[in-house]
Amino acid sequence: MFLFLLLAVVAVAASIAMITARNSIHSALFLVVDFFCLAVLYLTLNAEFLAAVQIVVYAGAIMVLFLFVITLLNPGNEETDDRLRGQRPLAVALGLALLVEVALLLRTQAIRDRLGDFPPATSFFEQVQTRINGTPTAPIGNVQAIGIELFTTYVLPFEVVSIVLLLAVIGAVVLAKRQLR
Amino acid sequence: MLESYGPVLILILLSSALAALVLGLSSIMGPRGLGRGARDTYESGIIPTTSARQRFPVRFALLAMLFLVFDIEVIFFYPWAVIFRRLGLYGLIEMLLFIGLLFVGYIYAFKKGALNWE
Repeated sequence: MFLFLLLAVVAVAASIAMITARNSIHSALFLVVDFFCLAVLYLTLNAEFLAAVQIVVYAGAIMVLFLFVITLLNPGNEETDDRLRGQRPLAVALGLALLVEVALLLRTQAIRDRLGDFPPATSFFEQVQTRINGTPTAPIGNVQAIGIELFTTYVLPFEVVSIVLLLAVIGAVVLAKRQLR
Repeated sequence: MLESYGPVLILILLSSALAALVLGLSSIMGPRGLGRGARDTYESGIIPTTSARQRFPVRFALLAMLFLVFDIEVIFFYPWAVIFRRLGLYGLIEMLLFIGLLFVGYIYAFKKGALNWE
């Protein structure tokens, strides 16, 4: 619980720093702090593989992409005034509305029943273990549990991912092609 | 479960302590003031020709995008590899479909010259 509170405070502080930083490169670096906090949160939820993926993909590849996009858009011209006037009060109002909605939703009994207990009585990978072996005792690892679910129950989403990634490749090449010539 | 990450915590603490020690020592023992050249990018190296704060070519973003896609592809190999034997032929075909579709993207990027720097 202490660890969760510490991580939550650091993550929220890093997020606030990210959106208030004047320099966009600093924003990106605060986002890295946020990603690391999330990775450790995944660890506390027994999701080691997700934690590793969070660092490899988000803090690694996606941050590289963000930094290249920032340098593409010229970091010298830092924004000095609000481009969209009246954006801030609207953003605060809508954000608060969303917060109230989520809070109300979490108080609804029907939603609570669907979400189950937190932390759950049996973890995701204990459930997979029980289904595969018929007994929760024979140990399988976290990565195995994800693999079994991903490649049996969720085969179609997995294959669709390759199409989404293919579209990302084509989109990136098409958009950048004009400048490459 | 988290107890098994004790060594990682020790590593983080040790590396933070080392960083604090090195920075602290250099601020105590290092020379004060900004002499000639102390504000340069490379104090005793080459003189930068232009400011670093200029727009970078779109190639960097394109390359990062392609890297990201194939990075995610590799991520999916890990859970597949650890249960490869359990899945058998079914898993192999599944993965070949996945790789095949992404290989089309690779060929496309290659043909369009997106991987050439010049």
